[in-house]
Amino acid sequence: MADGRSQVRRRAGVRLWLSAIWLLLLILLAIFAPHIAPKDPLEQDLFSGRLPPFWVHGADKSFLLGTDSLGRDVLSRIIFGTRIALAVAFISGTLTCIIGAGLGLLAGFYRGWVDVLVSRFIDIWMAFPPVLFSILLIAVIGPGLFSIILAIVVIDWTRFARVIRAEAMSQGAMDYVASARVAGRGKFGTMLREILPNVLPIIVVLLTLEMGIAVIVEAILSFVNLSISTDDPTWGGMISEGRTSIHQAWWVLVFPLITLFLTVLSFSQLGEGLKDRFDPVLR
Amino acid sequence: MALLQTLLLRLVTTAVTLFGVAVIVFFVIRVVPGNPIAMMLPPGATQADIDQLTALYGLDKSIPQQFLIWGLGVLHGDFGTSITLRQPVLALVLGRLPATLELSVMALVMAVLVGGAAALTGTRLRATKVEGGIDIANGMALSVPDFLWGLVLILVFGVLVPVFQISGRVTPSLQLPFVTNFYLVESIVRLRFDLTKDLLSHMFLPAVALAIPLAAIIGQLLKQSLKETMHLDYVTLARTQGYSEARVIWREALPNAILPTLTLVGVQFTFLIGGTVIIERLFSYEGLGNMAIDAVINRDLPLIQGIVILFAVIFTGVNLVVDLTYAALNPRLRHG
Repeated sequence: MADGRSQVRRRAGVRLWLSAIWLLLLILLAIFAPHIAPKDPLEQDLFSGRLPPFWVHGADKSFLLGTDSLGRDVLSRIIFGTRIALAVAFISGTLTCIIGAGLGLLAGFYRGWVDVLVSRFIDIWMAFPPVLFSILLIAVIGPGLFSIILAIVVIDWTRFARVIRAEAMSQGAMDYVASARVAGRGKFGTMLREILPNVLPIIVVLLTLEMGIAVIVEAILSFVNLSISTDDPTWGGMISEGRTSIHQAWWVLVFPLITLFLTVLSFSQLGEGLKDRFDPVLR
Repeated sequence: MALLQTLLLRLVTTAVTLFGVAVIVFFVIRVVPGNPIAMMLPPGATQADIDQLTALYGLDKSIPQQFLIWGLGVLHGDFGTSITLRQPVLALVLGRLPATLELSVMALVMAVLVGGAAALTGTRLRATKVEGGIDIANGMALSVPDFLWGLVLILVFGVLVPVFQISGRVTPSLQLPFVTNFYLVESIVRLRFDLTKDLLSHMFLPAVALAIPLAAIIGQLLKQSLKETMHLDYVTLARTQGYSEARVIWREALPNAILPTLTLVGVQFTFLIGGTVIIERLFSYEGLGNMAIDAVINRDLPLIQGIVILFAVIFTGVNLVVDLTYAALNPRLRHG
């Protein structure tokens, strides 16, 4: 039995490290994009449109992963696309986390009318298809980086609120909370100093998962042409173009798709790996 | 008695939720800058034309007044008229609903079959390489959402090995004898299996994309419950009576282990239906979700309202059914 457990942990450890390395690589790519990218991601060259990647016959070796229909370099666009993807992941993930976890804590620990209100809103939010909701919001506030972040926060706060509310409720019923109160700590202080540290591991896991979701939402919105402008390089925008020219130029779809796939997988494996680390049963 | 009380309470909260959805959608989409009426008219239209049409759609009144008129209409089954398609919203939405329902139910059936088989196999062959393999496959399937699976499927089975259709609901050149919009069901009832084959070939990939994450969840949770049940005394007793391991799992452990999975499937089914919005777009499948995205892009306010409300009715309806089924199946709740 002990053997099986250490095996599970080792496997989880490998996945954790692989995911972390991939995400670190993306962060470096995003920061140093102008130095790493071989071409200008916006530069069009209609005479070299839809060139295949370097190993295929008819390729121009200076466009390593080929070009799209406007002759833009696929590799450079993927590299610059990391900037928007990561910006959306980190900013919207953090904001969603703060608002959602905050409301969840308040509702779960204070109960009463705050809980009634928050729970009612969670119910209403759960009755919306999230993708449709986000498209609707972007249509209302207009496309752009800020709008995407806002839409993700407005829609996904319930992911945190639901879980943290339940956790805060069960933590709040425990003896150590009562002792803190008896020892003279105020209610708000108890929430921040006693409850919050105990739910923090769950918050970290949810935050990691949320970042992966944010990357996907950005890609989906780019896919329906509601994200940033169509010129700016985003993975979703490239995938959207690739989907329409799939029979003529598969590489326009395949390379951004692989990048997006690995990124989403990494965020989620990182979250799952952290969950195992924090799980006392496995430890 | 307790069951009746639960039912009434749930009906009231469901009504409140639906009202909340209606209010939010109605007000949110009216903040939209840009006049949808102006987009409908040819460039040479005069101000008088615009005013007349605006009044026709009731858009000249205040927002609370509009909500009141719309709300009263909805209670009578009148959801207004689509601005871009110029047909009653209810008829348009109900016309598309069967396509989305057929797709969702097909995906659900796939997920239950595959996830269930994975859980049963994993339990039968627990602590072997097979179980490890199933766990890894489950983890992968869970980590990646339906949208990405859809794209991967398009590449692999639409382009690399083109065995399935990747666009639309049915081949457009076919003559369809259908009177309802439940094409798949009707093709089977009419014994037109050539059409059934064509429909399935279009539905297969989007349904698989929707089913993959749900199958993984079912596989994971059911396997966990089964393995816990396998340690219970009554299962050991059945084993000592000489029943085969497969029979013990199927007949003794499964009925007891299935309840948590059942509840989860219900909740997850609403997520699956929500996923149809983008999956239908990806596969150009003519369902409700695809229509919804068009409606948003065209600023077709009455149509957006109608579709969102219908989705909310489906979601809350599924949740209601799940809760009641759970209450009816769980003896502790029934007598509590």
